[in-house]
Amino acid sequence: MRKFSYIFILMFILMIFSSQMAWADEATLDTGNNAWILTASALVLLMTPGLAFFYGGMSSVKNINNMIMMVFMCMAIISVQWVFWGYSFSFAEGSWMMGGFSTVGLHGITPDSLSGTISQYTFVAFQATFAIITVGLILGAVEGRMKFGACALFIPLWATAVYDPVCHWVWGGGWLQNIGVLDFAGGTVVHINSGAAALALVLLLGKRKSANVRPPANVPMIALGAGLLWFGWFGFNAGSELAADGRAAFAWVITNSAAATAACTWVVCEWIHRGKPTLLGLASGAVAGLVAITPASGFVGPLGAIQIGIMAGVGCYFACVKMKAALGYDDALDVVGVHGIGGTIGAFATGLYCTKMVMGPDGVDGLFIGWGGEGAAQLGLQCIGFLASWAYSFAATIIVGLVVKATVGLRTTAEEENRGLDITQHGEAAYHLELEAVSTLRQ
Amino acid sequence: MKKVEAIIRDEKLSAAKEALKTLGVAGMTVTEVKGHGTQKGITEVYRGRQYAVDLLPKIKIEVVVDDKDVKKVTNAICEVSRTGSIGDGKIFVSNVEDIIRIRTGETGAKAI
Repeated sequence: MRKFSYIFILMFILMIFSSQMAWADEATLDTGNNAWILTASALVLLMTPGLAFFYGGMSSVKNINNMIMMVFMCMAIISVQWVFWGYSFSFAEGSWMMGGFSTVGLHGITPDSLSGTISQYTFVAFQATFAIITVGLILGAVEGRMKFGACALFIPLWATAVYDPVCHWVWGGGWLQNIGVLDFAGGTVVHINSGAAALALVLLLGKRKSANVRPPANVPMIALGAGLLWFGWFGFNAGSELAADGRAAFAWVITNSAAATAACTWVVCEWIHRGKPTLLGLASGAVAGLVAITPASGFVGPLGAIQIGIMAGVGCYFACVKMKAALGYDDALDVVGVHGIGGTIGAFATGLYCTKMVMGPDGVDGLFIGWGGEGAAQLGLQCIGFLASWAYSFAATIIVGLVVKATVGLRTTAEEENRGLDITQHGEAAYHLELEAVSTLRQ
Repeated sequence: MKKVEAIIRDEKLSAAKEALKTLGVAGMTVTEVKGHGTQKGITEVYRGRQYAVDLLPKIKIEVVVDDKDVKKVTNAICEVSRTGSIGDGKIFVSNVEDIIRIRTGETGAKAI
């Protein structure tokens, strides 16, 4: 009897010890994870200047500074908006639709606060960089015709009315997350969201005058921007694992495979279709692949990623070259074609190629992996996810755009567009190649 | 004295420069210019959108020579600049009334 009681006490002590161990596992900061996500946050932040160069190079020579500055402004404005209310509206406890007010001003978050195994501040930083680039992505569509003041007002309004709710739906405990829509790194939140918003905004703004539709001013700058985007995207996708583990490494390889495949595919498409492979096409294809693999990067296998890359290369190429011309909207730098369509391809294909091999036993085998009802159901959820994002983002952006139009006005005058927005909005030109044309004024 | 203005392909500049140097032409003025003749420009395609580039970059070489040297100079430029395709350019020859060398004030043929 005494022996049994010893065993009982020993078991009891072990139980307490193991439960403390388990508790300790949940609530301590993992320095490796924290270090990687802080690094990933910096990588994703660098994507925004990269995007500015990508778009700047594609702009008309008289609108380069304006384009770069609009995208840079997102970094300036959203960083502040995120601290004040953006983070809270996205991630604080709230309703199915929107986060709450509990962390407004990052209230109550201390250096000791945790989010999983990383510091909550690391999570705040990481997610801020996603909000920043999503708004920046939209602005490529409005090249050469949006008042800078309108842009500066649009950025915080759109982030608050569109980005924060959709982010909450998918990642903050909102309804799309609850019904089981898969979006690893932001196919719906970032890419469909920005693509749909771009379509709404160009419909409100109207077309550029054909004389102001110019070829890209600086193709090497586009390549530089695409390189920075590709580099930063490893933070975007591998960082979205929120841990420095094997699945993060997996997402890294998946991301690179899809980007590379789509880059090759786009070049082959235009080589066959137009007769020449272009550097702009290579850069565009890489970005299209990165976009499409974003929602799928933590869910699909390597061969699934390559198939998604092919779909993105072909789909986005024809969306930019054929669909835009057929429908007649003036999406200057193809935000709809690359991000809207690429994001939709990715969100849809996630339901085709997601696999338990990557997701673990709680995951789902997609339609092309398991050939079963489970995959078909997941594909249905994916469709709900992207349709809801397209519809909400489009409608809400129209409202935000109308508010801006009613207050500061959206569009520049025809005269300003002819002279270029660099000079008329900012008073600074991108290039002063003729030195004789500049003389120094005395103060 | 005649002024020879040759509009040539930009990739032919170094050959033309060498040919003129060999002839002993003392100086020249070279300008990057844009224009079109029979060639009417080319088409560039960016993401499926076509842009007509109707003013193409060319090089303009201006030299002033003695009347007796004109034929030699124009022949030399023609010889090195000709590819036989559209877009090889043109040469214009015109009279020059006077030349003044700024440094010395010399005028006329002495100043060439």
